[in-house]
Amino acid sequence: MTAVLIAVAALLALAAVFGAVLGFASEKFKVEGDPIVEQIDSLLPQTQCGQCGHPGCRPYAEAIAEGEEHNRCPPGGQDTVVALSDLLGREELTLDDEGAEDANVAKVAYIREDECIGCTKCIQACPVDAIVGAAKLMHTVIVDECTGCDLCVEPCPVDCIDMLEVKPTLQTWGWQRPAGIGERPDSRIEVVNL
Amino acid sequence: MSQAQTNKTRKTRSVFARLTSGIRRPAKIHDFHGGIHPPEMKHLSNGTPITAGPLPQQLILPLNMHIGAPAKPLVAPGDKVLKGQMIAEPIGAVSAAIHAPTSGTVSAIGPRPIQHPSGMDAVCIVIDTDGEDQWIEHQGTIDYTEKSPAELVDLIRHAGIAGMGGAGFPTSIKVNLGDHQRVEQLIINAVECEPYITADDRLMRERAEQIITGIHILQYLLNPRRTLIGIEDNKPEAISAIKRACKGCDIEVRVVPTKYPSGGEKQLIQLLTGKEVASGQLPAQVGVVCQNVGTAYAIKRAVCDGEPLISRVTTLTGDGVSQPGNYEVLLGTPVRDLLAHGNLAGLDIGRLVMGGPMMGFTLHNPGVPVVKTTNCIIAASPEELPEPPPEQPCIRCGSCAEVCPANLLPQQLYWHAKNDDLEKAQHHNLMDCIECGACAYVCPSHIPLVQYYRYAKAEVRQQAADQVKADKARQRFEARQARIEQEQAEKEARRQARLEANRKKKEAGPTAASTVDVAALKQASLDASKAYKAAVKAAKAAEAEGADNLAELKAEADRLKAVADKAKAAVRDAKDGAPVAAAPAEDTVAKLKKQVGDASSAYKAAVKVAKAAEAEGADNVAELKAEADQLKAAADALKAELREAKTNAPASAAPVTQADPVAELKKQVGDASSAYKAAVKTAKQADEDGADNAADLRAEADRLKAVADQLKADLRDAKANAPASPAPVAPTASTAAAAEQPDPVAALKKQVGDASLAYKAAVKAAKQADEDGAGNAADLHSEAGRLKAIADQLKVELRDAKAAAPPTPKAAPATTATTDSPAVPEEQAPQSLAEVDPEQAAKRQKRLKGLKTAYNMAHKQYKEAHAAYERAERNETASADELQAMQGKIDKLKAKADNARDALDALVEEAKADIRAHTGKDLKTLKLEAARAESALADKQQELEQQRSSASEDTLEALSSELQALESETQIARKALKQAVEEQGLAE
Amino acid sequence: MSLITSTSPHATVKNNTGAFMRQVIYATLPGLAVLTWQFGWGSVINVLWAVIVALVSEALFLKARGRNIAFYLKDYSAVVTAVLLGLALPPTAPWWLTLIGVSFAIIVAKQLYGGLGMNPFNPAMVGYVLLLISFPVAMTQWLAPGEPLSFVQSWQLFTGQLPVDGLSGATPLDTFRTVQSSATDTANALANQGILHGQFAGLGWEWVNLAFLLGGLYLISRKIITWHIPVGFLAGLGLPALLAWLIDPVRFADPLFQLFSGGAMLGAFFIATDPVSAATSRTGRLIYALLIGVLIWVIRSFGGYPDAVAFSVLLLNLSAPFIDYYTQPRTYGHKSSNRGVS
Repeated sequence: MTAVLIAVAALLALAAVFGAVLGFASEKFKVEGDPIVEQIDSLLPQTQCGQCGHPGCRPYAEAIAEGEEHNRCPPGGQDTVVALSDLLGREELTLDDEGAEDANVAKVAYIREDECIGCTKCIQACPVDAIVGAAKLMHTVIVDECTGCDLCVEPCPVDCIDMLEVKPTLQTWGWQRPAGIGERPDSRIEVVNL
Repeated sequence: MSQAQTNKTRKTRSVFARLTSGIRRPAKIHDFHGGIHPPEMKHLSNGTPITAGPLPQQLILPLNMHIGAPAKPLVAPGDKVLKGQMIAEPIGAVSAAIHAPTSGTVSAIGPRPIQHPSGMDAVCIVIDTDGEDQWIEHQGTIDYTEKSPAELVDLIRHAGIAGMGGAGFPTSIKVNLGDHQRVEQLIINAVECEPYITADDRLMRERAEQIITGIHILQYLLNPRRTLIGIEDNKPEAISAIKRACKGCDIEVRVVPTKYPSGGEKQLIQLLTGKEVASGQLPAQVGVVCQNVGTAYAIKRAVCDGEPLISRVTTLTGDGVSQPGNYEVLLGTPVRDLLAHGNLAGLDIGRLVMGGPMMGFTLHNPGVPVVKTTNCIIAASPEELPEPPPEQPCIRCGSCAEVCPANLLPQQLYWHAKNDDLEKAQHHNLMDCIECGACAYVCPSHIPLVQYYRYAKAEVRQQAADQVKADKARQRFEARQARIEQEQAEKEARRQARLEANRKKKEAGPTAASTVDVAALKQASLDASKAYKAAVKAAKAAEAEGADNLAELKAEADRLKAVADKAKAAVRDAKDGAPVAAAPAEDTVAKLKKQVGDASSAYKAAVKVAKAAEAEGADNVAELKAEADQLKAAADALKAELREAKTNAPASAAPVTQADPVAELKKQVGDASSAYKAAVKTAKQADEDGADNAADLRAEADRLKAVADQLKADLRDAKANAPASPAPVAPTASTAAAAEQPDPVAALKKQVGDASLAYKAAVKAAKQADEDGAGNAADLHSEAGRLKAIADQLKVELRDAKAAAPPTPKAAPATTATTDSPAVPEEQAPQSLAEVDPEQAAKRQKRLKGLKTAYNMAHKQYKEAHAAYERAERNETASADELQAMQGKIDKLKAKADNARDALDALVEEAKADIRAHTGKDLKTLKLEAARAESALADKQQELEQQRSSASEDTLEALSSELQALESETQIARKALKQAVEEQGLAE
Repeated sequence: MSLITSTSPHATVKNNTGAFMRQVIYATLPGLAVLTWQFGWGSVINVLWAVIVALVSEALFLKARGRNIAFYLKDYSAVVTAVLLGLALPPTAPWWLTLIGVSFAIIVAKQLYGGLGMNPFNPAMVGYVLLLISFPVAMTQWLAPGEPLSFVQSWQLFTGQLPVDGLSGATPLDTFRTVQSSATDTANALANQGILHGQFAGLGWEWVNLAFLLGGLYLISRKIITWHIPVGFLAGLGLPALLAWLIDPVRFADPLFQLFSGGAMLGAFFIATDPVSAATSRTGRLIYALLIGVLIWVIRSFGGYPDAVAFSVLLLNLSAPFIDYYTQPRTYGHKSSNRGVS
């Protein structure tokens, strides 16, 4: 009987000691990570498009931190959903894009300038100040700054804004991934009068 | 183990080298990891001497034959150029000049296929050769030591010399290291390790003396402790030629064993010095400079003979050519011409490779030109370089790791690249891969490893770029949020201040009614505009100097301008208010005259600014000029029409003098606007072309816009002042109708009527043309639009005049209500809408209403259901079955809502079509008009808001009356739109 | 005319994975010949039967996975697995034993993991271990060397018409195992058993192992394998054996006996060198093979099984990623290797 008691007592003592050590260590060596909102925000694509139902990426990051679903960012695509799942340790959801267009195609806004009446509505709508112009003067999009969020398309009273695909340039062109096992890595080009 | 050994040797060697520097010791050749021995195939082309290449009919010279910024063209299509004439100059630090390889005419500057694996086009200068091959005057330097190193570097830069080994890095950068960097070894790369290529081999055999002279120039520039030439042991003739040529000078010839890729810069450095260039660093950081042997030759030609880089030795080889060999090819020669030159037998070609078989790229188009980096063209027969077999699974045999010269684990890189695991690929030092192709060469599974790595590298770069862009977007977004908040706060503060002021004013009593000090305001205005002008000047000076803080200065100038404008507006308001308040009639006339004078001098000054801007714009881009001219012509035509309309109207004598300045000002506004538009267009064009000066052009456009804005403001001011004067003048001019004040008003009314008539006639003509299918219908339409704009403008003037005519206060509201609202929409809308079948419209309206309600209900239900579902899911209050049921319900509701919306959409479309059919204007036009009116209203409101804190009661009154007029106009436009919409049941 | 456009390099070796695998098969021929010389036609029949089973099961599974059957069969990897397993099985093995072993190796150990290149374990050894655990008796019935059976006898054994009991005898390793645990003087006991009448190892078995050594040297000379794994393997087996034998020659077998009996050479040159399941870098491979050798010696000397190539290889297959994790080479331009990166 005493043996049992001794054993129990020893275990309890051990538990107390290790618990104390662990508690001390967790306080002493606490890792000050980025606040979770910052981390979430850094994973979002920063298009500020509002398709998640929040006015910008940061507010959505805050909402995710508070428990909202993390699959409502069509511009980020499934990759962002996976990255967020990794970060938050949540279930991997499928992207809730409600039939949005292919998110992987980069786009920029383009104003058909002949039709622009200079109403400044798109300027007010642009979340990143990427449209320049003044009242009654034609507006234009700063291509480098445009995130392709298409928030300017809807307010335009004359529908003169198009979302154009960004075409690769010599600077941005890159090799494609080879087709994979069982496929030939080459292609043929027809050439006349060589 | 071997690694440890090399490390050890390296350590002892460096100590030893320090002790015995200067003592000549037998050369020690180190080794690098891996490497392969592919069939050399050099015998195909190294047996015959270098011969001259073809002189093609057309030369195509890409603006980026080198790494770095594309050169800037100095010629225009149609220009005659001589051989050796610089046709494009280097822009920025990393760039190289381009010269005409022969004499001829520039026939185009535009996109052509260039030397790039993507097969994309880029801007090239195309020269139609004249066959005379006439040199421009040039002259070499007999003794290059007479020139300072800086001069020589500049000479090399302007001779367009870029690395001839394959990378094409501008040589002027590599030979200009600065004083602090000590060059231990200058390495001349004559290894030429890739199969097939023999260009350097032949060059060394035949022109060894000149190469050595080039190396001496490099030595003079870099002052290296030692100079080494690395040559592979499979070129005995070249080795002996070089050894003979450098006898007696301090250049050491080092023979390295044949192994690919010993000609890689980093590998050669390791072979000859035992040093490793740290990852991500340049050879210069370990005290080594590498130059290709061809580059040394080009430097000699440029410095000693004064001949810029216009040709190079290129190997034309492969089983697809009947006369393989080395040719001295003019840069820009299309590969097609070179092939025709060497393939007299017309053999079959299966693959065209520019560069060597290991690292070169296949050409999509034989029209691609030979450029500075083109050391080889392989025209392989289909059997020689057959189609690669299909990719097989990796069996991790490790052959790739055995041959990797960078000592990577290619199979791991492949695995991660294939699975898009870029982070792990980077941990395995993906970015240290030199893409030499040794791994893919030995791979028994024929995996296109290099392509996987290139893909992964491109993805890594893309992600980095995306990250940068995302960060920038975040910053801009946050800045915008902050700005909006601040604006809100300021607005609130202003409102509070105003309330406070009003309260105080009331307390002070009516004595302070007209305390506005016009003189003080004028002084303030003057000061403000002075400051603004100074700022503009500073900005311009900065621009000329290319200062960094240009943007800041410009922003400052803009701010000052805003201040000045405000002050001006205040002065104007004060002036407007003052005469009404106190001065007698004659005084008012004199003052008004003076005001007109002021306004006219103000816009004359503005003209000057506008002209200068235009000139600058034209200076920048030729297109802008043409565009501007065209727009100006249009503006002139418009002006002529305007004048005609005015002269047609038998107005009183007075308006001629008054209208003139206004008209001129208008023209200036037009000019400035078109200049701005042209500038924006050019900027866009430049943007698309990826030109470097796009940002400059954009800034220019912004500046032009500011000018245009100012002019517009001036115009408005002038208008506000001008109509006021005719009122008092008129009685003296036309004595008979002295009692009737609205003489100018009447004149304007007549003008409006005339303009309207002209517009209607134009519309009719356009319609007629439309029906006849005339080609100029579009022109006529735009003409009509223009006339309408004129009519609108006149209408505005009329309204202004009315507002400004003080002696008929009672008449004003009445007129505004009746005559002032002849806006086209009102005239047309009821008329056209009357044509609509009322019954049908009513029916549709009913249906629309029903549908809309249905949709709203369904949508609301759907939203509610969705929210409930989410709540349930989050709180886990419902069971899985319940959730599923809810989901089903949601789906059903959504479908319902969607159906309703679809039906609604269809109906709306139908209604829209009807409107279009009935009114001749589509909904868009109506919307547009409404939007225009609204934005004018908003502007006015804003002005009023601004003035409220600073101006007197009277000014405010004047402004608010203007506002009212605008409001009524807006309402009319809105009403017209609404009517049209509602008629069709489209109210949204 | 059409031009090929592809990424560099534009020239590659003429070699391919199929040729690679065929070389391995050719290299096993001396071993197979000696086995036939010593034990009769059993091994040949088994190997052929194993190849048929392997090809059929591979084809069936490729079809089930919707892959191009001809393309994958052409890489000969299934044939290699079948040949190696067929060589490892006793010549007395009946048809069903081979069928179970080979089909398990191909379907479970290879295809279920994703096919060639994806399997973490050596398929042949997985099949072998399955049989060894499930049918220990059938798997240990070797014939006495030097008395080859006729083709008819071998065929009857294969079809199960002839009972194996009367023919079989113990292998030298079996004998060693038995005497080591019972006798005090192992060496004398072994000598008395009369099974060790060969020059330096078990009678007949030394010839089998020499033949596999020959085939292995051929593979190295053709650069199909590098020396790292065989050398590591043999050193790992031989050095402890030498050490122990020097300390206590009475209790432990001499290193030559260890190196030339059982599946030592087959394991060193053909089994452990399977690149798919081995470690990757040179250092990694040395460590990997060294540990296999040591493990074999430990199991042979102290364990319950007479031979241990299969168990050792599978255990080290399991540790290969771990070894890779710590043996990355130092990349050019880096101060140290990125250890601890998977």
